[in-house]
Amino acid sequence: MTSPTERRTQWSDDDVDQLLGNLLRIGVIVATIVAAIGGVLYLAQHGLESVDHHVFRGEPAELRHVSSIARGAAALRADAIIQLGLVLLIATPVARVAMSLVAFVLQRDRVYIVVTSIVLALLLFSLTGGVPG
Amino acid sequence: MSVLLFTALVAIGSFSAGLLGALTGLGGGIVIVPMLTLLFGVDLRYAIGASLVSVIATSSGAAAAYVKEGYTNVRVGMLLEIATTVGALGGAYLAGRIGTSAIAIIFALVLLYSAYRSTKPLAEHVSTENAHPLAIKLRLNSTYPTPNGFQPYAVQAVPAGFGLMAAAGVLSGLLGIGSGALKVLAMDQLMHLPFKVSTTTSNFMIGVTAAASAGIYLARGYIDPSLALPVMLGVLAGALTGARVLARANTKVLRKVFAVVVVVLALEMLYKGIRGGV
Repeated sequence: MTSPTERRTQWSDDDVDQLLGNLLRIGVIVATIVAAIGGVLYLAQHGLESVDHHVFRGEPAELRHVSSIARGAAALRADAIIQLGLVLLIATPVARVAMSLVAFVLQRDRVYIVVTSIVLALLLFSLTGGVPG
Repeated sequence: MSVLLFTALVAIGSFSAGLLGALTGLGGGIVIVPMLTLLFGVDLRYAIGASLVSVIATSSGAAAAYVKEGYTNVRVGMLLEIATTVGALGGAYLAGRIGTSAIAIIFALVLLYSAYRSTKPLAEHVSTENAHPLAIKLRLNSTYPTPNGFQPYAVQAVPAGFGLMAAAGVLSGLLGIGSGALKVLAMDQLMHLPFKVSTTTSNFMIGVTAAASAGIYLARGYIDPSLALPVMLGVLAGALTGARVLARANTKVLRKVFAVVVVVLALEMLYKGIRGGV
């Protein structure tokens, strides 16, 4: 059992739950707002063009990687702003796992520090394009 | 069709899917891909990319509320996320290797299974004894809120649950769905978690599982912003609305209606997959 002095420096599971819940909510809200702003711009610019999703071409290279998506969004390209919102959305669960790792470190929970590190490594491996297409 | 009209129709369709998914507990993700491919003629790869994004949005949105209520077993979730993320990476890798016809056939079979599962409720097995040795070692046993206060439960069959979750991850990465049906099966029936715990913990994991494959889909150019945006916003709005009206809705009838819709979509998907031309 933990002594009172130790307990003060540790987080309870409930504190962590509240924190994770807030993180997820904020992530979804921010991502949705960014993507929606891009969507309004996109419809204003391309709304009357005709649509074609029947044939698969694959997205252009500048919409496939985080760095080029960020550059495109900074240049106020509508499709890049939407994509930036979607990237933020994909990053939300990843941030949640990172936050869990911090919590387990503060709780000095060795087994779950290892477990969470493995999950985080797998996610970062995927997001940095580690798996060949 | 103009971009404006297409966006509006996709958003309305996605809203309906999100609403029905939340009301029936089946999740909207499972009908998004068939809807986009069969109704709107979208290429299967774009449809799966858009569906994955919407799965992340709804599961993260719902998990935010669930985690705070104290049902979610974060340790079980973290441990099983190793299995689902490895599976999801494998599934996303496979999606780029096997043809769209094969993916359509697998999708149809998963739809049929989900429809069957929704009409046959499973029994709840909760006990405080016979915890698996690994559950004790990894401190998976926990408590959950009930009307009579917090009740303890013991977690069983950890290795079998882990294996089934890896399979759920493969399906998620391959088909762009949450695989909620398979996850709940592993956690309720094998690991004997209480329903509320397995549902919320599964939901907690879905975002992470989908994020693992979404990274690969993004790098491959399968995530189209102008398609993924109305799908994501529509499903999210539908799911939030569904959660609000859930208490007042007659879910028994809705589940049957939704199961029929899912079976029809499955048969059409199967036909297209066998004939080719998805």
